[in-house]
Amino acid sequence: MSSIRVNPDGLSVLDRPNSYIGKTVPRPNLDRLLQGRGLYVSDIELPRMAHVVFLRSPHAHAKIVSVDAVTAKEMPGVIAVVTGKELGAVITPWVGVLSHLKGLKSAPQSAIAVDRVCWQGEAVAAIVATSRAAAEDAAEHVAVAYQELEAVTDMRTALDPATPVIHASLGDNLAFERVHDAGAVDQAFAVSDAVVEADFIFGRHTGVTLEPRAVVADWNAAEARLTIYQGTQAPHMVQNIAALHLGLREAQVRVVCKDVGGSFGIKVHIYADEMATYALSKLLRRPIKFVADRVESFNTDIHARDHRCKGKIGVKRDGTITAFEIDDLTGIGPYSMYPRTSAIEANQVVNLVGGPYTSKNYRARARVVFQNKNVMCQYRAVGHPIACSVTEGLVDLAARKIGMDPLEIRRRNLIADDAYPCASPSGLRFEQLSHHASLDKIVAMMGYDALRAEQATLRKEGIHRGIGIASFIEVTNPSAAFYGVGGAKISSQDGVAVRLDAQGSVICQTSITEQGQGSESLTAQIVGSVLGVSMDRVRVILGDTDVTPYGGGTWASRGAGIGGEAALQATKILRKNILDVAAVILQSTPAELDIVNNAIVNVSDGASRIELNELARIVYFRPDTLPPGIQPELMATKHFVPREYPFAFTNGVQAAWVEVDTETGFVKLLRHWVVEDCGTIINPQLVDEQIRGGVVQGLGAALFEKCIYDERGQLTNANMADYLVPMSGEMPDIDIGHVVSPTRESELGAKGAGEAGTAGAAAAVTNAVNDALSPFGTIITEIPLTPQVILTALGKI
Amino acid sequence: MKAAAFAYTRATSVDNALELLAVHGERARVLSGGQSLIPAMNLRLVAPEMVVDIGALAELRGIAIRGDTLLIGAATRHADLLTSSDIATCVPLLAAAAAHIAHPAIRNRGTVGGSLAQADPASELPACMLALGATIVVRGPGGERRIAAEDFFTGIYETQLAAQDLLVAIELPIAGKGSAHFFQEFARRHGDYAITGLAAQAVLDGAAFADLRLGYFAVGDKPVLAKAAARLTGVTMTSSVLAEAGDALSRELDPHEDQEATPAMRRHLAKVLLARCVASLLNRPDLHTGGQA
Ligand SMILES: Cc1cc2nc3c(=O)[nH]c(=O)nc-3n(C[C@H](O)[C@H](O)[C@H](O)COP(=O)(O)OP(=O)(O)OC[C@H]3O[C@@H](n4cnc5c(N)ncnc54)[C@H](O)[C@@H]3O)c2cc1C
Repeated sequence: MSSIRVNPDGLSVLDRPNSYIGKTVPRPNLDRLLQGRGLYVSDIELPRMAHVVFLRSPHAHAKIVSVDAVTAKEMPGVIAVVTGKELGAVITPWVGVLSHLKGLKSAPQSAIAVDRVCWQGEAVAAIVATSRAAAEDAAEHVAVAYQELEAVTDMRTALDPATPVIHASLGDNLAFERVHDAGAVDQAFAVSDAVVEADFIFGRHTGVTLEPRAVVADWNAAEARLTIYQGTQAPHMVQNIAALHLGLREAQVRVVCKDVGGSFGIKVHIYADEMATYALSKLLRRPIKFVADRVESFNTDIHARDHRCKGKIGVKRDGTITAFEIDDLTGIGPYSMYPRTSAIEANQVVNLVGGPYTSKNYRARARVVFQNKNVMCQYRAVGHPIACSVTEGLVDLAARKIGMDPLEIRRRNLIADDAYPCASPSGLRFEQLSHHASLDKIVAMMGYDALRAEQATLRKEGIHRGIGIASFIEVTNPSAAFYGVGGAKISSQDGVAVRLDAQGSVICQTSITEQGQGSESLTAQIVGSVLGVSMDRVRVILGDTDVTPYGGGTWASRGAGIGGEAALQATKILRKNILDVAAVILQSTPAELDIVNNAIVNVSDGASRIELNELARIVYFRPDTLPPGIQPELMATKHFVPREYPFAFTNGVQAAWVEVDTETGFVKLLRHWVVEDCGTIINPQLVDEQIRGGVVQGLGAALFEKCIYDERGQLTNANMADYLVPMSGEMPDIDIGHVVSPTRESELGAKGAGEAGTAGAAAAVTNAVNDALSPFGTIITEIPLTPQVILTALGKI
Repeated sequence: MKAAAFAYTRATSVDNALELLAVHGERARVLSGGQSLIPAMNLRLVAPEMVVDIGALAELRGIAIRGDTLLIGAATRHADLLTSSDIATCVPLLAAAAAHIAHPAIRNRGTVGGSLAQADPASELPACMLALGATIVVRGPGGERRIAAEDFFTGIYETQLAAQDLLVAIELPIAGKGSAHFFQEFARRHGDYAITGLAAQAVLDGAAFADLRLGYFAVGDKPVLAKAAARLTGVTMTSSVLAEAGDALSRELDPHEDQEATPAMRRHLAKVLLARCVASLLNRPDLHTGGQA
């Protein structure tokens, strides 16, 4: 690990004896999960709990003429069959817009469709029964008469005058448009030695969490309180939205989030069927459980990345990139998702294209259109893979055009490591990035020159291997600029409360959540290190709006950077408070004392003075022995939000080494490298595994994953046999290196690491495939890179 | 999703299973390894009223040599094909093929008879049965029938089996002197059903084929024993002979279109497999064109 910035303040609160920072320590929740003692929503059983199954539309677009549930209601075990109109008595519709995304429009969406369905899979009725199986039996007997309407499915024609408008009240199918123009683009193209254009196509795909979305909603009429058990990334957001639409005060809603089996951004949204489950509990005055099955997960979990993006780059013979231009089009389904909206992804594409490079000339247009397909919204690395694939694809095309090595053109154009702070052509401010250090490091890790030599040798034998490089930037630690300024009640600050218990252990409540990435572990590592107690003495409580401080949760790579800093600051206060009491008890001064290894010690000689449990005993049970006026405070709370920079940008570079069978079109991933800079690394293993997991999702997009819709809006591969998730058999070894540029916005210095892997993986692989195919004079700018796509490009079929 | 309610009986003998099938007919389904039936039931693609479980019938399980024939019980697991020494010596093609069927967990439960009865055109084993010249042994209300593999598969998920029938065993001629096999398939991921695959069994005579049986799968609604093989037997192999056979193969096949491939792509891949098969069996790397991955 190389550090390009020396901490100017010398030893920080983290550089302490027995610090857990920067160490791979086992996650505290590992044994519990591995011994099968996790508690997922589907494990929860409450007295009088009923199960809901949603009858879903088989049509992409249709009027609901009638719903006949007479037979179904009489079937064994059935408690109720509820239509959209009936549910409307307890829950109001919503519109997924934010004010800072100017012009964004959407139509009111109901928990269950009323009068009209707008995508295949939208719920038309809820069947509540004593078991899921009984509800499914009854669902087969709910007769819905539909009158099919023309479905808008092709984003390219969604804005044509001849295409029906999905929501008449909106006037057209354009949800959002953003135009950006910086520098002098036309002039830059005019003075370029070469201008290259390409159309980039991205397959619509989805997150495929191991545990599907699941909710247990429990309306307690006697208390007038709703408890929602849900695997969500943002409990306080769910609390706010549920209360708003059920006509409750937030204090009447408690959201409990136990173990979560993967999220990837899928579980950071508010879904109609989840809203319907809350409402059904209120309507039927009993606990209701909804667990999506795999088919409905494919049809209703948000999709992402369905983009077609025209790109253009200008370059001079010496390799100087003169300008970038893009025209991005994306189809988001019939509604903008609630409450984060479906304009963010396209907005991010505009923000990020060209971001690693010095060129200031940049023109972009992004249009977001409605379609009769499942809703699209934010999924891991929102917009990044699109922006990175377009940018890095264009950079490689430019290099090829002028006959320059892909590494060299990057060296000549990446923003210099000493040029910070500076801003991107789209106006994003960078505090400190390390593109060149990262590139140097990856070149060494992969042995670039040796690979090039191997490539040349093998090519003579008819074996076609390729190298692909992709530099990237990543948005992490978002401030209120992301959602809050647009009017969404999604907190960008997080809070942590820490307290010393009566035996000297620490209880820590945090508002960030855990979905498997290690939020619990990193919090315990920080608290243990800053306080001076061992990690086994730190118990972290997350995911309960009744218990934790108010905060945003875990998404947009913010848990470590924001929640971690709150933990650090809260623990510093607790530490000070403990040392104040210790000084009184020991007739010393706080400055002469320290906490190391669960005991108060002398700073001077390290000698142990009093165990923390003894201190706690005195404070809690014998305060009478303390001098008059001393009121110890062994609990502390702190909140944190970044204020200086709207986002803490991170950066990195990925490289892929692949082999293409030019007879069959199959791509074999031989090796993958990542160097990234997430600032302070709290737990190297957790960071590396986040990167690896992210890369695997990016490789899925590159080679396998795609939601295949037919022209009538039917999702034709909504199952695990036909929708291909990446599996271990096809994955290469993924080597990871780091450069460390801590952010100065926080004492912790941590930026996010959760999405970097996903951001650049597909771009690296696509560039590698094109490199392998360079003798054939063909360029592929479409993912997934299926054998069909490659053989077609090679003219073999 | 949850399967629709069904009744379940664990058959105590083959006769008992046949009795149950005779009584329930179309409303019943045999449950063997359950790796195809149970997913279909959970998706409510099928909803049998009665499930007849043959999993406890030891008489249906096992691999044995009877003279110059190898006998495989219908309930023999895919995993057994990988570990049996009789398979390795008598019909090694089956071991090569079994390695491509799904993943270990599925191979531990899925059965040879179940795979043949399921008759998925993308399955490995039905094509192997064609290449090996297998005989499928079926018992039904009218007694035992012995059906040549070439006649057994009639269409997508369709065979000569009637609702009252039980597939009990497979008989295979034991590979003799000079025999060789080739198995390769193109699948997007390890364990997936193939986009196109080839199971081939040959008898070599010096540098030529004395016999060649090419069992293609995932090239249409059922496995295909390619007639183009005839063009490759008893001749001196050259790249033009191979190319002509490839063209004949293209004409002969009538592949389907799905999300993985167009008919043109399947024809192309079938030809690639043909070239790789011939190059490998005759040890003629010169006939193998293009890169590999
Ligand atoms: C994830 C996954 C991947 C798979 N991939 C592959 C693959 O790559 N290649 C492949 O070939 N298969 C694959 N399979 C299917 C697997 O091989 C099954 O085991 C096989 O198709 C059916 O065998 P079974 O014993 O499980 O039969 P079952 O599922 O029990 O039965 C299948 C059908 O055959 C009937 N049947 C079963 N036994 C008899 C009998 N003795 N007589 C009459 N009828 C009978 C049943 O009634 C049913 O209709 C996969 C399965 C899964 C779940």
